[in-house]
Amino acid sequence: MTTLGHELRVSYAFVERNFNLVKRYWGWEVVWLVYSVVNALSITYIGAAMERISGARVDTSYLVLFLMVGTLVWHYLAVVFDSVSSMISWERWEGTIEYTFMAPVKRLTQMLGTCVFSIVYGMLHTAVILIVVAFFFKIDLSQANLLGGVLVLLAGSLSFIGMGIMASVLPLLFTERGAQMTNVIQAMLLLISGVYYPIQALPGWLHPVARLSPATYVLEGMRQSLLHNANLSSLWGFVLPLVLSGLLAIPLGMAVFDWGERYAKRTGKLKRSG
Amino acid sequence: MDDLALVVDGATKRFYSGSWKGWSIPGLVPRNGKAKMVTAVDQVSFSVRRNEIFGVLGANGSGKSTLIRLIATLLIPDQGRISVFGLDVTREEMRVKKLINRVSVDAAFFKKLSPMENLMYAARLYDMDARCARKQAVEILNQLGIKAESIYNPLENMSRGMQQKVAIARAFLTAPILLLLDEPTTGLDPRSRRDVQEFVLNLRAAHDATIVLTTHDMEEADRLCDRIAVIDNGRVVALDTPEGLKALVARGNGRDPTLEDVFMDLTGKSLKEEGEREG
Repeated sequence: MTTLGHELRVSYAFVERNFNLVKRYWGWEVVWLVYSVVNALSITYIGAAMERISGARVDTSYLVLFLMVGTLVWHYLAVVFDSVSSMISWERWEGTIEYTFMAPVKRLTQMLGTCVFSIVYGMLHTAVILIVVAFFFKIDLSQANLLGGVLVLLAGSLSFIGMGIMASVLPLLFTERGAQMTNVIQAMLLLISGVYYPIQALPGWLHPVARLSPATYVLEGMRQSLLHNANLSSLWGFVLPLVLSGLLAIPLGMAVFDWGERYAKRTGKLKRSG
Repeated sequence: MDDLALVVDGATKRFYSGSWKGWSIPGLVPRNGKAKMVTAVDQVSFSVRRNEIFGVLGANGSGKSTLIRLIATLLIPDQGRISVFGLDVTREEMRVKKLINRVSVDAAFFKKLSPMENLMYAARLYDMDARCARKQAVEILNQLGIKAESIYNPLENMSRGMQQKVAIARAFLTAPILLLLDEPTTGLDPRSRRDVQEFVLNLRAAHDATIVLTTHDMEEADRLCDRIAVIDNGRVVALDTPEGLKALVARGNGRDPTLEDVFMDLTGKSLKEEGEREG
């Protein structure tokens, strides 16, 4: 119990530090939030304009909601993934990586603090975007199962945290371009997970691949809860695979990170200049 | 054995660089026959007694910082063994980390954060009580001449000398019993350098700390260190007290030899020349 208390206290170092950084970089945070809101609106307007684009009758409200869920969920998952995967690249850029790695902190504790921050930050960011988009499109979510949506989102966070931990190794291995490489992982998930279209629109050979992406389950579960007001019991089909993949991804991510850290310490890659 | 704070026994560290048909592949490069190998630390052995200030003197690229990184658990030695108060730095890494701290030549901080925010981050990493840590941080920063109004402003607004003092304050805050100072006064003005040196002496006297100090500054080494290892091309070429080292060199031009004379004599190079060549 004492050990757990110690680890929780130490993990708070990363939460507090990251919130301090958000405060100090407030200008960037405002720009990023405005960009995210505008991006979400732009994508959702594609749904609103579909009748004009195609000249055919479509269920515009449904399409707007479909795209809105896609853009919000993707934004949240991308923020969580980014926060976790940039844990190393940020410290490398600041030059603090050796200091943090020299501290008597278990990597799991560091991940815990980083992940708690990223989930809270992602939720707040996404909530702001939801409010603005809902205001623009007069979206009524009174019939939606919001609790179910949050449950699916939290379950999906586990897998994205695991993948983020794995991706954070890239800046350890590739000191110059490792951070940019993590973008490839995000781009692949964006393509195959049915963010802005059902996965059935993809070529047949990509369907099984799409089923391997946790984002696919998050998006389908979120659409069921927000568009079809699915109750909690019918959401287990989405939540269970997400929890299971999260329970697999996080230990796997930790093992990959451990290997990456040893490699960096063997070859001197922790040093800022590489 | 308890009297020994640090034992370095045959420590060796090599780095490899190169490529395979023009491709850089992590993990594979060292196995490639065309890889270039640099031995940064070569069979280094010495021990440091508790409460001693032990100097490591060497030119740029001589292996001083690599040696400090090996002790600080930031690098894994290829050969040899390093122990801190009897704990092996590789096998008992977490226990060693609780005993040490390091100040590097480049003050590594979150530059947008204030000294207090950076120090609190350090305090929480070392599981210190936040209230006590805040109080101690102010005291240490004041002792090092950091003005009260600067403590809560972003570090990026401070001079390099001030940033280095904050780095030293951060290391002192966690009360390490083995403090690794890697060129802590490089680039500081004479006044700041003197402040830091006084603080190092106070830390040793008041907190029973053992200090390993790498430096280019001969006067600093002479003033602070109980013993000095001269390192060249990764190897220890001499190890003795400052007076003992000076005794190795004959008097010349009617004056007593300085540590610079010792260094020139042992390595065949001048620290200034080396610094200029590499800089």
